[in-house]
Amino acid sequence: MSMLEVDHLKKYFTTQKAVDDISFKVEKGSIFGLLGPNGAGKTTLIRMITGIFNPDEGSILFNGKKFNADEDSARIGYMPEERGLYKKMKIGEQAIYLARLKGLSATDALSQVKDWFIRFEMQSWWNKKIEDLSKGMAQKLQFVTTVLHRPELVILDEPFSGLDPVNANLIKDEIFRLASNGASIIFSTHRMEQVEEICSQIILINKGKKILDGTVSNIKQEFKENLFRLTASPLPSNFPNSVFEMISKNEHSLTLRIKEGYGPNDVLRYFIDQQSTVFAFTEMLPALNEIFIKLVEGTSLSRQFQPNQS
Amino acid sequence: MKKIGLIIRREYLTRIRNKTFLLSTFLLPLMIVLLIAGTVYLGIKGKTNHRIAVVDQNGYFKDYLKSDSSLYFDFSPALDTLNYTEKNCSAVLIIPILQEGEKTVYRLKYKKQLGLASINDLENRINSAITDHLIFTRTNITRSRLDSVRVASDIAVLQTFSDEGKKAVASSQGSAYGIGYACGFLIYLLTFIYGAAVMRGVMEEKTSRVAEVIVSSVKPFPLMLGKIIGIGAVGLTQFLLWIGLIFMLVMVAQAFIPHELMVEVGNMQKANAMGNVQMAKGSDAAQQIYSVTKSFQNTNFYLIIGCFIYYFIGGYLFYASLFAAVGSVVNEDPQEAQSLMLPITMPIIFSFIIMSIAVQDPGGSLAVWASMIPFSSPIVMMARIPYGVPSGVPYWQLLLSMALLAGGFLFSTWMAGKIYRTGILRYGKKPSWKMMWKWAFKN
Repeated sequence: MSMLEVDHLKKYFTTQKAVDDISFKVEKGSIFGLLGPNGAGKTTLIRMITGIFNPDEGSILFNGKKFNADEDSARIGYMPEERGLYKKMKIGEQAIYLARLKGLSATDALSQVKDWFIRFEMQSWWNKKIEDLSKGMAQKLQFVTTVLHRPELVILDEPFSGLDPVNANLIKDEIFRLASNGASIIFSTHRMEQVEEICSQIILINKGKKILDGTVSNIKQEFKENLFRLTASPLPSNFPNSVFEMISKNEHSLTLRIKEGYGPNDVLRYFIDQQSTVFAFTEMLPALNEIFIKLVEGTSLSRQFQPNQS
Repeated sequence: MKKIGLIIRREYLTRIRNKTFLLSTFLLPLMIVLLIAGTVYLGIKGKTNHRIAVVDQNGYFKDYLKSDSSLYFDFSPALDTLNYTEKNCSAVLIIPILQEGEKTVYRLKYKKQLGLASINDLENRINSAITDHLIFTRTNITRSRLDSVRVASDIAVLQTFSDEGKKAVASSQGSAYGIGYACGFLIYLLTFIYGAAVMRGVMEEKTSRVAEVIVSSVKPFPLMLGKIIGIGAVGLTQFLLWIGLIFMLVMVAQAFIPHELMVEVGNMQKANAMGNVQMAKGSDAAQQIYSVTKSFQNTNFYLIIGCFIYYFIGGYLFYASLFAAVGSVVNEDPQEAQSLMLPITMPIIFSFIIMSIAVQDPGGSLAVWASMIPFSSPIVMMARIPYGVPSGVPYWQLLLSMALLAGGFLFSTWMAGKIYRTGILRYGKKPSWKMMWKWAFKN
C-alpha cells in the first residue's frame, strides 16, 4: 500500500489549468522528487496534498484511505518555498505553538522541541525572536517546525535554498534519517543535482501535466543515447567501422555512440582488434538536468494565461 | 475546536504581554486625567495678573468696576498714557464720556499683550459696571441688593421623571447625554483600534508568509475566527481594566473631598430619600456633588455596562471580520490597505456623526433607524441607551437592534471568511472589487 496515492487530480483556476490530470504514488519510506519549471503547478499540487486547496476533480488517498484534511493534516509536515514564521514571537514558544496546532499535547510538544533543538544545537535560541536570526538559521528552525510532530509525510519545497553546505548536509542527513524511520518525503525543487543525490523516484510536471514518472535510474536508462566514454592507448585518429560513431575526442579518451544492433562488447572487441589497450570504458548516462532541459525546452518558458472553457 | 483555542490563546497572550498594551491601558487614561487636570490648573494658576491704569472721564467707574487679582484697576489720577508702564501697569484704559443711546469707543493701549481671555474679562467688567451704574441711577437699587434677591429666589429645583405607566423614574438628561456620548465614542474608538489590529495581524501573517504554514494545519476560517476572538478578548480586557481604573480614580477623588462636605451631601440625600420635597439648602459645593451623585444613582449602570459589552462585541465582530478580509487581500503595500479600508472606515465615521446627533435627539427617526442597522447600531444605540430602557429605547427596538447586529456579524464573518480564505494565499496583483465579490459569493 502506498503512503500517498494521487489519482487524476485537477485544479483549474479562472485563467489557468494549474494542475491538469496528474496521478502518482509515493511509497512509504521513499524520497520522492517533484520537479518542474517555475509555474508548472507544483505549489498548487502540494497545496491540494496538504489540504489547503480542494481539488476540482480526482482523488487523494492517504494511507489507503480517502484524504481528510482535518484529520490527516496532523500527519503531514509542509515546508513551503516561501518561508514564514511569526517575526515577533519567541522561537521556543513559536515551535511549541506550531507543534500544538498539529495536534501535539503541551508536554509532548515541549519535549519534541527540546529534542530537536538539542539535535540541531539551537538551545540558545529559545528566547530569541525570528528577527534576530540569520536567513540560514531561520531556515533550520523552519525545518524543525516542519518535522516536530513526527509526520508520516513530509513535503519540502526547496529545503536547501539559502543554506551553507554544512547546514545543507545536516538537513540532508535528517531527511535520510526520517525516510529510514518510515516517513515518506516529497521533495520539490529545480536543483537537479540534489534530486539525483537524494530521490529514489521522481515525477516531472510542466504546464500542469505530468510528463515524466519513474525511478532516477530508470529515467536515465530511458533517456540514454548509447553514449560511452573510452580511454585507450594508442588512440588512432579515425575509426572507420560500422559499430560506433565518434562524437568527440581528446588526447587519450573518446566519446562515442554505439550504433543500432551493436553492444558495448562490440566496441571493446574493435579496440582489442586494433591493438589498443583499453584503460576505461563507461556508459555515459544523461544527467537529470539534461533530461529536464530537453523535456521542458521548446515549450514556451512562461505559461501563457488562457481562458478556461470549463 | 481545540485548535481555535490555541489560536485565541496565542493572539491574546502575545498582545497582553506586549508593553504597548500595558502602556495604552494604564498610561492613556492617566494621561487624559493629567491633561484635563493640567489644563484646569494652568487655567487657574497660569493667568497673568494685570494692573490697568484707568483714565475715566465719567467719574463713576471707580465705584462700579470690580478689581481682583487677575485684573486690577488703578484709578490714581497721576497715571496717564505716557507714564503707565513706569508705574507698573500693563495697559491704560481710556474711557471718554459715555452717552446713552450712542455707541462710544473706549480704548485700551498696551505695551504688553493681555491675551484674549483677559480682554474678554475686561470687556465684561466694563459692561457690567455700566449696567450696575444705570440700574442704580434709574431705580436706586444697588448691585448687592439685587444679588441678595437672586440668592433668596434660588428655592426651586427641577426634577425630570420618565413616565413608565405604574411608576415614574427619576431621570437625568444631562448625565444621559454625557454617558451616551462617552459610550458611543468609546465603541467608535475601540472598533477602530481593534479592527485595525485584526487587519495588521492578518497582514503580518500574510506578508511574513507564515499563513501558508498555519493553513496547512488549520483551515483558514478558524484561523481568522481565532484571531478575531483573541484580539476582541484583549479589547474586552482593556475595557474592564479601564472600568476598574475609573472606579479607583473616583474612590481616590472622593478621599480628597472634605469630610464636612460629605456629611452635608449625606444629609441632603437623606432628606430626599424621606420624600422631603423641601430640600435642605447646602453650600454650593455640596449642592454640586449632590446633583452629580444623584444623577449617577438614577443611571442604570448594570444596563449600560451590559449593553456596552454586547454592542462592543457585536460591533467589533461585525467590523473585525471585514478588516480581516481587507488584511487578507492586500500585499506589502500599506497604501493598498488604505484604499481598501475606506469602505469600512466610512460607515464607522458616519456612525459617529449620526451618534453625535442621536445623543441630542435620542427619539428622532435618524437615531432610531441608525440604531437598527448593524453598520451603525453599536455606536448609535449606545448613545440612546443611557436615556433609559424602555423610556428612551423601547424594548422591541433594543431587541430588534441586538438581533440584527447578531445576524449582521454572522453574515459579515461568513462573507469575510470566504474572501480571507482566497486572499490569504494569494500574492501579486491587488484584486478588484469584482473579484472579491466572486470570492465571497461564488462557490
